[in-house]
Amino acid sequence: MTLAEMQFAVPELRIASAEILLLAMACLILIVDLFVRDRNRTVTYLLTQLTLAGAALATFAVGTGQVSYTFSNMFVSDPMGDLLKLLVYISVIAVLFYSRAYVLDRPEMARGEFYVLGLFATLGMMVMISASHFLTVYIGIELLSLSLYAMVAMERSSAASTEAAMKYFVLGALASGLLLYGMSMLYGATGTLEIPALADRLFSGEVNDRIIVSFGLVFLIAGIAFKLGVVPFHMWIPDVYHGAPTAVTLFIASAPKLAACAVVIRVLVNGLIFVSSDWQMMLIILSVLSMAVGNFAAIAQTNIKRMLAYSAISHMGFMLLGMATGVIMGDPRFIVNAYSSSMFYVVTYVLASLGAFGTILLLARAGFESDEISDFAGLNKRNSWYAAIMMMMMFSMAGIPFFVGFFAKLSVLQAAVAGGHLWLAIVAVFFSLIGAYYYLRVVKVMYFDPPTSAAPIETTLDVKLLLSLNGLAVALIGIFPNALMMLCARSLSDSIVF
Amino acid sequence: MSGLPILSLTIWVPIFAGFLVLFTGSDRNSPLARALALLGALAGLLVTLPLYTGFDTATSAMQFVELSPWIERFDVNYHLGVDGISMLFVILNSFITVIVVLAGWKVIESKVAQYDACFLIMSGLLNGIFTALDGMLFYVFFEASLIPLYLIIGIWGGPRRVYAAFKFFLFTLMGSLLFLVSLIYLYLESGSFAILDWHQMPLPMAAQQWIFLALLVAFAVKVPMWPVHTWLPDAHVEAPTGGSIVLAAIALKLGAYGFVRFSLPIAPDASHEFSGLILGLSLIAVVYIGFVALAQEDMKKLVAYSSIAHMGFVTLGFFLFSPLGMEGALVQMISHGFVAGAMFYCIGVMYDRVHSRQIADYGGVVNTMPKFAAFFMLFAMANAGLPATSGFVGEFMVIMASVRFSLLVGFVAASTLILGAAYTLWMYKRVIFGAVGNHHVAGLSDVSAREFLVLALLAFGTLGMGLYPQPFTEIMHSSVDELLRHVSVSKIQ
Repeated sequence: MTLAEMQFAVPELRIASAEILLLAMACLILIVDLFVRDRNRTVTYLLTQLTLAGAALATFAVGTGQVSYTFSNMFVSDPMGDLLKLLVYISVIAVLFYSRAYVLDRPEMARGEFYVLGLFATLGMMVMISASHFLTVYIGIELLSLSLYAMVAMERSSAASTEAAMKYFVLGALASGLLLYGMSMLYGATGTLEIPALADRLFSGEVNDRIIVSFGLVFLIAGIAFKLGVVPFHMWIPDVYHGAPTAVTLFIASAPKLAACAVVIRVLVNGLIFVSSDWQMMLIILSVLSMAVGNFAAIAQTNIKRMLAYSAISHMGFMLLGMATGVIMGDPRFIVNAYSSSMFYVVTYVLASLGAFGTILLLARAGFESDEISDFAGLNKRNSWYAAIMMMMMFSMAGIPFFVGFFAKLSVLQAAVAGGHLWLAIVAVFFSLIGAYYYLRVVKVMYFDPPTSAAPIETTLDVKLLLSLNGLAVALIGIFPNALMMLCARSLSDSIVF
Repeated sequence: MSGLPILSLTIWVPIFAGFLVLFTGSDRNSPLARALALLGALAGLLVTLPLYTGFDTATSAMQFVELSPWIERFDVNYHLGVDGISMLFVILNSFITVIVVLAGWKVIESKVAQYDACFLIMSGLLNGIFTALDGMLFYVFFEASLIPLYLIIGIWGGPRRVYAAFKFFLFTLMGSLLFLVSLIYLYLESGSFAILDWHQMPLPMAAQQWIFLALLVAFAVKVPMWPVHTWLPDAHVEAPTGGSIVLAAIALKLGAYGFVRFSLPIAPDASHEFSGLILGLSLIAVVYIGFVALAQEDMKKLVAYSSIAHMGFVTLGFFLFSPLGMEGALVQMISHGFVAGAMFYCIGVMYDRVHSRQIADYGGVVNTMPKFAAFFMLFAMANAGLPATSGFVGEFMVIMASVRFSLLVGFVAASTLILGAAYTLWMYKRVIFGAVGNHHVAGLSDVSAREFLVLALLAFGTLGMGLYPQPFTEIMHSSVDELLRHVSVSKIQ
C-alpha cells in the first residue's frame, strides 16, 4: 500500500456500520439521559435495548459471509466475527433484562451511566472481535476493560465493590502492559502489527530474530490469559466476581468470554499459527492448571458468585484445551475441528452462565444479595420452575447430558483426542468429575434442603419469559446440538484463510 | 411389521407422560398426578408389547431398527434397534415402571408430581440405553439417567440421603467418564459412533486392553462388582422403595448389559485375556459379599448385598464364554429384576407400617400379615434360588457352565446356593416367624388391595419364569450364539 492510498483512501465504513451505530447511540444516550427525569430511567433502558437490537440488525444486514477488511486492514468482518457479535448482543440484551430489577433496587446503580458503560463495553467487545491489527485488539480490550472497571465500582458505598474495582483495575492495567510489551516485541521482530501480515512474514521467514518472537509470544499469552482469567493469571476473577454487584458480575461472566475467545483466535490462530508449537504448549499448561485450581478451589466456596468464578476459571481452561490442539506436528487438518469446538464451548458456557446468574439476580431483592449457596435452600419448594432452570444450568456446566454443556465438553475432548492428546483428555475428564461435585451441591441445596426463607419470588413477566427461554435453550440445544455446532464450524472455516 | 417407530415410542411415551405429570404442579393435584402417571406407565408398557409379538427369534440381527441423523458434526445417529438380548430388558423396565408407580401410590405424599415424573422420565431414558445402537446415544442416555435417580434418592430418601445420592452420582460418573474417552477413541479410529461398526472393527491388542479396562471401570461400578460396590448399599438403604426397586431391577443391569454390548464384542481378545480377572472378582462377589450379607442387621442392606452377589453370578456367566453361561447370566438378570424388585417392595411394605428396616424390630409378622408373609416367602425362596422360581433357572445354568469350565470355579460358584439360602431365609425367619416381637408388629394390618396387586404381579413374573423359562431363552438364543461366535474370532490383525 502506498503512502497516498493510506492517507486519502476513504475507508469502507459500511462493514463497520454496527460499531458506528453503537458508538453514535452510546453518545446520544449519554446526552438524552441528562434530560430524563424518571428515576427508573425507562427511556435510557429502552433506548439501550433498541440500540443493541439495531446493532444486531446492522450486523446481520451487512454480513456477506466473506472476509473483508477496512480501515487500512485494521478491522475485519467475517462470518466468525458476525456470529460472535450477534451472540454478544444477545447476551448483553439478556444481561440488561435480568439486571433491570436489581439495578432499580439500588439507587447508586440506577443511573444512565450503567447503560452507557454497558454499551461502551459492548463496543469494546465488537472491536476485539473484529480486530485484525494489534492496535485494534488493544483498543478493544481497553475499551471493554475501562468500562467494566467503572461498572464494578458503581456501587460506591459498598467496600467490597470498591475493593474489587481497585483490584481489577490494577491487575488489568498490568495485563494490558504485558500485552503491549508482547505486541511491541512482535513488531520489533517482524516489522508489522497487522495480524495477517504477521502470519505472512512468519511463514516466509522475514523475521529478524526468532527469540524475540518467542519472548513476545510469552508476554502476549500472559496478557490474554489475564483477560481470560486462567491460572496463574486468575487472581482477580474470584474477588471481582464476588465483590462486583451481581448485575455487573453477570455482565463480566457472559459476553466478554465470547470476545476473549475471538481474540485468541484472531491473534494466535490468524496471526501466529506458524509458531503454534510454541503457544500450544503454553496453552496446555494454562489449561491444565486452570482446570485443577478452578475445580478444586470451587469446592471450598460457600458464596455462589465465588463458586461460579472458580468454575469460570475451570471452564476457560477447558476451552483452551480445544485451542491447544488445532495443529499437530505442523499438520493443520484439525484446525476447524479444534477451534470451532472451543468456540462452541464458550457459547454454551455463556448460555449457562447467563441462566445461573440470572437466577441469582431473580432471587436478589433490595438489601439482599442472595449470593450465598445457602440462600438457594429449598428453592424447589418455593418455586419449582426456577429451581429446575438453575438445576439445568448446573447440570449443563457439569457436562451431564442432555444439556448442552455435555456436547461442548464432548467437542473439546474429541478435538483433544483427535490431536493425539489422549492423556490431556483423561486429565480433563478427571477434573470434570471433581467439578460435578460442586454443581451437584447447588442442586442438593435447592432440592434436598428445606427452605430457609418464605419470601415470595417476585419478578416481571419479561424476566420470567427470558429466563424460561434461557433454560429451554440449554435443554433444547442439548437435544439438538447439531445446528449450533455446524454454525460455529462453518463460520470458522469461512473465516480462517491461509 | 407396522410402520410405527415402536422403539421411539418406548422411549418417548414415558418421558412425555413424565413432563405431563410434572405440569400438574403442586401437591393439591396429586390424585391427578398419580392417575396420569399410572396411565403413562401403562401406555409405556403397552407400546412395548409389539416388541414381543413381532419379534423374530430366528435371527440375531437387530430388529425394529430406526435410523436418522442426529448430530451430523460427529456422525452421531439416532439409531435404535433391539436383539434377543436387549428386547427383554425394555419390557422388564416398562413393567417395573408400572410397579413403581403403584408402589409409591399412597406412600409418597410430598412433591408427588415430581416423584412420578422422575420415574417416568427415567423409564424412558433406561429404554433408550437398552435400545441405542449408537455409542454416543447410549452414553447420553446412560449419563442422563443418573439425574432422576439422584433426585429420587436425594429428595425422597432416608436420613443419610444426601451422602448416598452424592456417592451414587459421583461413583457412576467416575466410571462413565473414562467410558466417554473410550467412545471418542473408537469414534476417531472408526469414523463413526455406530456400535455395530465397532463390533467389526479390527483393533490391536494394546488398544483392546485399554478399552476393555476403561469400559470395565464404567460397567464394574454400575454392576456393581467387588471392590467398587460400596455405593450400592448406601444408595439402596437411603432410597425410597420405588428408587430401590428401579435401582435393583433395572439400573444394575446396565453394567452387565454394557459388557455384552461393548466389552465382549469390541475387545474380544482382551476379554479373553482378562477373563481370569473378571471370574476372580465375580467369585469374590458371590462368596465374600454373600458372607457380608449374612451379617447385616438392616433388611435393605441385606438385600442390597445379595444383589451384588447375584450380579456376580451374571458377570461370571458372561466370562465363561459358553452359550449356557451366557444365557444363564441373562436369565439371571431378568429374574433378579423381578426378585430383587419384589424383595425391596416387601421391605417397603413393612417399612411403611413400622418405619424401621432393622431385622431386630420385627418378629412374628406372619401372625398379623399372613397374606404378605406368603408372598414374602415366595420371593425369599426365589432369592435363595429355589427350583420352580426364576432365581433357580439362571443360577443353575451358570453353575452348570462353570462346572464344565472348571470344577473349582463351579464349586465356589455353587456355594451361593448355601449362602443365598442362609442369609435370605435366616432373615425371613427372624422377621416373619416366631412370637410377635413388639406392639408395632402386633398392630400391623395385612396388605391392601393395591399392595396385593403389586405383589401378585411380581409373583406372577417370578413363578412364570421359573416354571416355564423357555420363551425367554428362545428369544435370546440366536443373539447369544451370534455374540459368542463373534467373541471367539480374534480382532487382532
